[in-house]
Amino acid sequence: MFLQMNEVAKRFADHEVFSGINVSIEKNQFVSILGPSGCGKSTLLSMVAGLEDVTEGTLRLGGEKILHPGTDRGMVFQQPALFPWLTVKDNVTFPLKADHSKREKEQIAANYLKMVHLTRFKDAYPHELSGGMQQRVAIARALAMDPKVLLMDEPFGALDEQTRHILHDELMKIFEETKKTILFVTHSIQEAIKLSDRVIVMGTRPGKIIADFPIDIARPRERDDTKVIEMEKKIMELLEDEIKKVMKEELDYETKHLG
Amino acid sequence: MKPSIWVKRIAFIIVLLAIWQGVYMSGYFPAIQFPPPTKVFQALVEGFADGTLVGALLASFKHLLIGLALAITLGTLIGVLLGKSRQADETAGMYLIAMQSIPSIVWVPLAIMLIGLNETAVIFVVVLGGTFVMALNVRTAIHSVPPEFIKAARTMGAKGLPLFFKVEVPASLPYYMSGIRLAWAFSWRALMAGELLSNGPGLGYSLRFAMDFAQMELVIGIIIIVGVIGSVVDQLVFSKLEKKVMRRWGLLK
Repeated sequence: MFLQMNEVAKRFADHEVFSGINVSIEKNQFVSILGPSGCGKSTLLSMVAGLEDVTEGTLRLGGEKILHPGTDRGMVFQQPALFPWLTVKDNVTFPLKADHSKREKEQIAANYLKMVHLTRFKDAYPHELSGGMQQRVAIARALAMDPKVLLMDEPFGALDEQTRHILHDELMKIFEETKKTILFVTHSIQEAIKLSDRVIVMGTRPGKIIADFPIDIARPRERDDTKVIEMEKKIMELLEDEIKKVMKEELDYETKHLG
Repeated sequence: MKPSIWVKRIAFIIVLLAIWQGVYMSGYFPAIQFPPPTKVFQALVEGFADGTLVGALLASFKHLLIGLALAITLGTLIGVLLGKSRQADETAGMYLIAMQSIPSIVWVPLAIMLIGLNETAVIFVVVLGGTFVMALNVRTAIHSVPPEFIKAARTMGAKGLPLFFKVEVPASLPYYMSGIRLAWAFSWRALMAGELLSNGPGLGYSLRFAMDFAQMELVIGIIIIVGVIGSVVDQLVFSKLEKKVMRRWGLLK
């Protein structure tokens, strides 16, 4: 298997985020991790990125154990996190090593900026772009280092509905073009179904995998497709109990502390 | 800026000068204590014409430039140390705030006793005046680097010194510029305190000299010069620089 999580657990001093996570992901697949807030899906993704320590278990990419961040894993965050002192082009070439010549860097930047349709803005500064455009630059930047896997942590969560749909379509095109393995974290059921080959559903308190299934619906997927609606219902039911659990806990806390 | 703003500002000065002239003409204060605006202007013109004020200004700028350069360097080093090392911050961070709250003039007797009644003592006071505020701002600058920048850079393979110089340093530049502007303002105040008690040369020394010889018109004239330089340098150099960086960093529209 290409990306392998084996009995992975994350604990902090006072609580357990999740434990016993076992996932195998094949190459060139688009896999979403879906779950309510607090299930640890973002933490799990950060562990794959190497930004977060693994308490227990192992993570392997292409057979190699993941211990640190590395350029074989590109990450796109909810915030674009572009460097404001660099132009769009220089942001995209930032991860490129010194062994690329200047011309090669220009070429790579041009290539990926074209892919996200921002060629016209290569000399602009990030703050001159809209949120959606900034996020596209962030995607181009992650792709520029030609990672084996693209990690996306609710990348469209901060965008408005309209922009989100446009970026979904763009991401699908990029996925088809580059055939990257993508691991995508989201709390939106629709988003997960629309984009993924496979959806892993996580539950909470403590975090665990409660379902894992393929999405065999031809792309592009329309929202009113009966298969899509069916799938949505199925996942919704799965998550309902989880969300109730969180709500109940919060309500209990309120009544205990305010009542 | 809109011309109407300048009209208001100039009108304000004219009114102020008129009140000043009025008080003088009322004869309430003896002329030696309260010279008219014209006499102050005359004293300034004479001071510049015979070169005494020019010499004093040049000497003051020399003290300031040396002192400020040292303060910025030292402040940056201390600030980076406290900003990067939690150990150092927990140990010494609190004392830095204590040092920064000591008015510069307090250091003057110490400087004179330690170094002597000379220009080095003045520069020493300027350095103390600017270093602590610079260090505090550099520390804040480093602490305020958005964590997502660091995370993003790490996923792109940056770590150690390259991470510091390619991400943390540029990311903290806006606060760094504020630090330099404040260091200048504090150093300028410290310079005047130091020079007032020194035996020259310098603008502060000229001020005390004028007082000793009861030249009120020169006392007021020098106070005006100090105020004008303070605001002009801030507006034309440091504020402009700070705003330019903030705009480029997208922190200011």
